[in-house]
Amino acid sequence: MKKPGLNRRTILKSGAALGAASLLPAPMVMAQAPIKVAGVHASPVENAWNSRLHVAMLEAAERGEIEYVFSEGIAGTDYARAMREFAEQGAQVIVGEAYAVEREARQVAGDYPETRFVMGSSGKPQGDNFGTFGTWNHEAAYLCGMLAGKMSQSGVFGAVGAIPIPEVNMLINGFRQGVDAVRPDAKHLINFIGTFFDPPKAREAGLAQIDSGADILFGERIGTADAAKERGIKAVGSLTDYSERYPETVFSNAIWNFGPILGAALADRAAGKSSGEDYTRFGLMKEGGNDISFVASMVPEDAIAPMEEVRAAIKAGEFEVDINFDEPA
Amino acid sequence: MTDIFDILFTVGLWSSVLRIATPLIFGTLGALLCERAGVLNLGIEGIMTFGAMIGWLAVFQGADLWVGLLVAALAGALFGLLHAGLTVTLGLSQHVTGLGITLFASSFSYYIFRIAIPAQNTPPTVEPFQPLDIPVLSDLPFVGPALFSQTAPTYLAIGIAIFLAYFLARTPMGLAVRITGENPHAAEAQGVDPIRVRYGAVMAGSALMAVGGAFLTLSAFNSFFPTMMQGRGWICIALVVFSTWKPGRAILGALLFALFDAYQLRLQNVLGQVVPYQIFLMMPYLLSILALVIMSRSARVPQALMQPYRKGER
Repeated sequence: MKKPGLNRRTILKSGAALGAASLLPAPMVMAQAPIKVAGVHASPVENAWNSRLHVAMLEAAERGEIEYVFSEGIAGTDYARAMREFAEQGAQVIVGEAYAVEREARQVAGDYPETRFVMGSSGKPQGDNFGTFGTWNHEAAYLCGMLAGKMSQSGVFGAVGAIPIPEVNMLINGFRQGVDAVRPDAKHLINFIGTFFDPPKAREAGLAQIDSGADILFGERIGTADAAKERGIKAVGSLTDYSERYPETVFSNAIWNFGPILGAALADRAAGKSSGEDYTRFGLMKEGGNDISFVASMVPEDAIAPMEEVRAAIKAGEFEVDINFDEPA
Repeated sequence: MTDIFDILFTVGLWSSVLRIATPLIFGTLGALLCERAGVLNLGIEGIMTFGAMIGWLAVFQGADLWVGLLVAALAGALFGLLHAGLTVTLGLSQHVTGLGITLFASSFSYYIFRIAIPAQNTPPTVEPFQPLDIPVLSDLPFVGPALFSQTAPTYLAIGIAIFLAYFLARTPMGLAVRITGENPHAAEAQGVDPIRVRYGAVMAGSALMAVGGAFLTLSAFNSFFPTMMQGRGWICIALVVFSTWKPGRAILGALLFALFDAYQLRLQNVLGQVVPYQIFLMMPYLLSILALVIMSRSARVPQALMQPYRKGER
């Protein structure tokens, strides 16, 4: 039986807190304690997508905004249990991915109304504490396409994707639109490898596209750029920055930043507002949620200015990249 | 339409076929050796994963690429020892033990990987095997660049297949392996110790599996992902049946599967607008099942496969 009200431990705790508070200068007393955030990663954090969440949360922890704990490589059958464990341990915000466990994740959220959930999901938000987000870096992909369009000799552009889910389609379509904007006669190739984790296969798909004449590869999957490197052509990376891993090969990346989504969710919590939100829009470029990174020395000079113009227009809200969820053919 | 057939005459296709086939050749030969001695080894998927991890890790820590392969082989042999201990000495179910080893080895790979390599943005890389041009042969038109400009482990795989075919068919030790897989009691009567033969075959076979896994991280790619094996081990188990337990045909089966795979990747680019990509992804598996049905009609399964041997028991 747990006694209601005061017990020895809470008195000791509050005494200690009071004692500590009296020692601190006044503004510090007002400062919020860091929010306890737990990351529940279905894949190893080296996986490009998870690494973006992981990095954003590490950075927030470094700034003192959150206390970050995480678990990785969690099988679908274990996922709900891991969410519950973190909720039981007192995590105030749980960040993760509901794609494979949409129903179970929502059940957990229903059982822990005090905990807020911010989940990558193809579904809708639920209640006051289950927020969702998608991965929108199509604007950055468009800009990468604008650079790529000016760089190709053959006019054939390859893209290697995992599985044609809407977010992958939108990304590849964004790249293609960017290419077409500066190179209307471009020819596009597409390979889906049917899995998210088979870099050797992505590499084979890339080589197949090079054999078919492609001289720029858009690597939705890691492994694609290895094919480009092997044959001495150029490649574009997605989500995270691959330029360091493939110098001389990857000239630009469609970077996705999770920071703004996390920030928006934390702000809603601080303001006492519902977190049952679709936070996807905070992934837009004008929110800082995605952006191009490129190696200027690898890109022809006349390609940069038009791209920067569109980049500025997107940020100013004057230009919108089409959102096309159709499977690229 | 002619494009569909033109692909078959491109250098790129055939060099891709050998690359895709190499880990399958290693894995199939390994599983085949175990089964010829009468032990089914479903630990293959996990052992390949572990080989991929430990071989890569050794090279990442500064070892030579060949030492990396050797480390993978030794680690594979250790898992083979475990499998043999459970299935040969204790006579446990080979199915359950094998699946258990796959689960254990896969998770253990991830565990060691994470302890050795702290979480980072993208996994660290090593400098992998480079294609090796075989003098004279690689200068041949078409055949040269397609078949004789592979990385060294690919040639090793083919060499091992030839050796294994000779070993099983022409050497006393090979005969001992075969007879143990057919009738261990008869082997015992001939003065062959079936327990020792099975231990040896399972350990050597598991070593080959692990080398197949290491090919993925040391030649086909240059990083390790815990989930990168993607069912290659299970394909090897099917290829053993396809090969009717003969090493020569194991190469053939692996090449055929790889051909379907390399072909479908290229067909996607030609017919992608017409046919859904899922059909292409299915193709290697569907055609392999078809080939399996045809080939296995004449298959001669090792008669003592999956039967534990207990001395003096009938």
